[in-house]
Amino acid sequence: MPIFEYAPAPESRAIVDIQPSYGLFVGGEWIEGRGAAFKTTNPATEEVLADVAEASVADVDAAVRAARTAYTRVWSRMSGADRGKYLFRIARIIQERARELAVLESLDNGKPIKESRDVDVPLAAAHFFYHAGWADKLEYASLGPKPRPIGVVGQVIPWNFPLLMLAWKIAPALACGNTVVLKPAETTPLTALLFAEICQQAELPAGVVNIVTGAGATGQAIVEHPGVDKIAFTGSTEVGKSIARSIAGTRKRATLELGGKAANIVFDDAPLDQAVEGIVNGIFFNQGHVCCAGSRLLVQESIAEEVDRRLKRRLETLRVGDPLDKNTDVGAINSRAQLDRIAELTAAGEAEGAVRWDTGCELPSHGFWFRPTVFTGVSQTHRIAQEEIFGPVLSVLTFRTPQEAVAKANNTPYGLSAGIWTEKGSRILWMADQLRAGVVWANTFNRFDPTSPFGGYKESGYGREGGRHGLEAYVTTGDPR
Amino acid sequence: MSPARVDVRKTYKLYIDGAFPRSESGRSYAVWSTPVGRANPRFLANAAMGSRKDARDAVVAARGAVKGWAGATAYNRGQVLYRVAEVMESRRAQLVEDVRLSEGLAPSRAEAVVSAAIDRWVWYAGWTDKLAQVLGGLNPVAGPYFDISAPEPTGIVAVLAPQRSSLLGLVSVVAPVIATGNTAVVLASQERPLPAITLAEALATSDVPAGVVNVVTGLTGEVAPWLAGHRDVNAIDLTGAADAEGVDWGELERAAAENLKRVLRPAGTGSDAVEPDWTAEPGLSRMTTFLETKTVWHPKGR
Repeated sequence: MPIFEYAPAPESRAIVDIQPSYGLFVGGEWIEGRGAAFKTTNPATEEVLADVAEASVADVDAAVRAARTAYTRVWSRMSGADRGKYLFRIARIIQERARELAVLESLDNGKPIKESRDVDVPLAAAHFFYHAGWADKLEYASLGPKPRPIGVVGQVIPWNFPLLMLAWKIAPALACGNTVVLKPAETTPLTALLFAEICQQAELPAGVVNIVTGAGATGQAIVEHPGVDKIAFTGSTEVGKSIARSIAGTRKRATLELGGKAANIVFDDAPLDQAVEGIVNGIFFNQGHVCCAGSRLLVQESIAEEVDRRLKRRLETLRVGDPLDKNTDVGAINSRAQLDRIAELTAAGEAEGAVRWDTGCELPSHGFWFRPTVFTGVSQTHRIAQEEIFGPVLSVLTFRTPQEAVAKANNTPYGLSAGIWTEKGSRILWMADQLRAGVVWANTFNRFDPTSPFGGYKESGYGREGGRHGLEAYVTTGDPR
Repeated sequence: MSPARVDVRKTYKLYIDGAFPRSESGRSYAVWSTPVGRANPRFLANAAMGSRKDARDAVVAARGAVKGWAGATAYNRGQVLYRVAEVMESRRAQLVEDVRLSEGLAPSRAEAVVSAAIDRWVWYAGWTDKLAQVLGGLNPVAGPYFDISAPEPTGIVAVLAPQRSSLLGLVSVVAPVIATGNTAVVLASQERPLPAITLAEALATSDVPAGVVNVVTGLTGEVAPWLAGHRDVNAIDLTGAADAEGVDWGELERAAAENLKRVLRPAGTGSDAVEPDWTAEPGLSRMTTFLETKTVWHPKGR
């Protein structure tokens, strides 16, 4: 097969105007943080993009108070129809500034522009659009009698889908009449800070959305603040458990969307070309920085060699490099810390006896990079079969019977997602029943939609985001307990 | 005049995996009536004082029952639960007596409580094959996909039964857990355990598979921490922490975080736990807390 060279096709970064430093967005205004400012970098080049304020405990307190004031005086009193109109405005401004947001996201996160442009940003706009329509229809959502907002919501989001996770959190919270204090991840704050500007353009009442930047300590200050009525967190299972512990014995509510170790199960009758595309999409989309990534490939023994051959041939065509290049398939690892973790776990994979293969592609000389990697001969006890790697690393296991596939797929404390590839309809439905996972993709993978509830079983967390189900986390009802 | 007949008393034991064992610890404790007026409390029975090991055995039984019960058709679960109500009705006299003595109620009031408990059970029995339609459905995604969400049981739910309402409250916390396809390990009211064991007898004779409901009597403060921290328990209902001696529900919730159990907190505000009004229509939250939502996607195409 001839290999064609690609000419560079970089998206222009001129559309983005990054300020040298950013403050905190509290009560509709920019204030300086009282903590130690930190730098956010472009993980593809290690270039510093901006100085970002760190919110101290006092800053978080100011943000929570601003959110409470906005809740009491404005937002909880406003009609649902009017709340909805603000959300429609925000959705439209995200669409209007879509390219700018996409470029900024790729710069700060390292993800390929084709993903930020075609997935993250359009889905973020769609989430606001979808929830805008709910704001005046909550009585019809079967949430229980007389749904009312909860109050001030503290939201802490991860670095893998910065703007999209913001949308998943803020859109339903606001639609239901709550106000928010949101902390973006310390390595990817820039699109959240641009979103603050979008709130200003939409003339969202001051204090309804507050954005505070910082690291773990800032997040902890939000979680522990007595004025916060509900926590929404997406991130690691370890932090999720510490949040669950810290709100124990209080009346704070929480939704936790945590880690995963999804099985992507391929049967011998699967449409193999599509399955291979699904495997690649499942684990190499967004550099594998996806909580629902199909990081364990379970392939039926009789086709294991065939799948292995096709998969590796396909992986060799993946283009790894400049996130802003429109041809790039796999971008940069988000941070040095994450790169170190991937390197540590893959080293453990080799040490425990699994067979390592990677594409051998050239990597840029600066920045954080990891080649798409496949481990074969993986057994269930290997760390690379148990722990979330959160990188472009696939662990391949085999099975003989559907029962064995189910047992292996469910053999993890996680339960976020799973994939099934087979042409047999009855087997899909049986498998879908057996798998202990919140999202099951059959003959597809990594599909997301604002109407579709997302969230995990077991230690992948609790609560759902998206769809009618996602509203439940943001209302309180007359339902007695 | 012939002397009054010496009646045959019942031994109150645990209910685990469909059988009625004594506590493996060999311990029991005296259960007294709640007296009315100036009467003295009356000795009712020696109940089994369940241990950590009994609770763990109950969890094993509950795990063993998950597959069959969660996998049963919703129609079948509804039939079985309705049968429980039938058997409760047939044991009405015993339930009334248990409730009357346990809660210190006038006979007519005890009758009303038992009626409400049976009706509550029937209410939940009817939910089994309706919830999926009420809570689930098709998601209109923006693409050529069939995308559907449906509720599924969480797994094993540890239930701290209410301390005061020994039958109506008990039924109100157990029925929603099993109607949704979960299995239960129930820690009965410490001071008023007898209606729980009588209910277990109704369960044992109504086609409820062994292990679906397991009842442990004993000291709530001693056994509850083991259930809260148990890694094979998926969820915990802390309702019975209200008025329970030596029980800090915040501590139990903290222990439950170890494997991210779904937690139903006791009613009340702040750290205070109060027992709710069991006569109110329950709503869905006692069921939805112990349900997961599974969403399945499939492409459409020719």
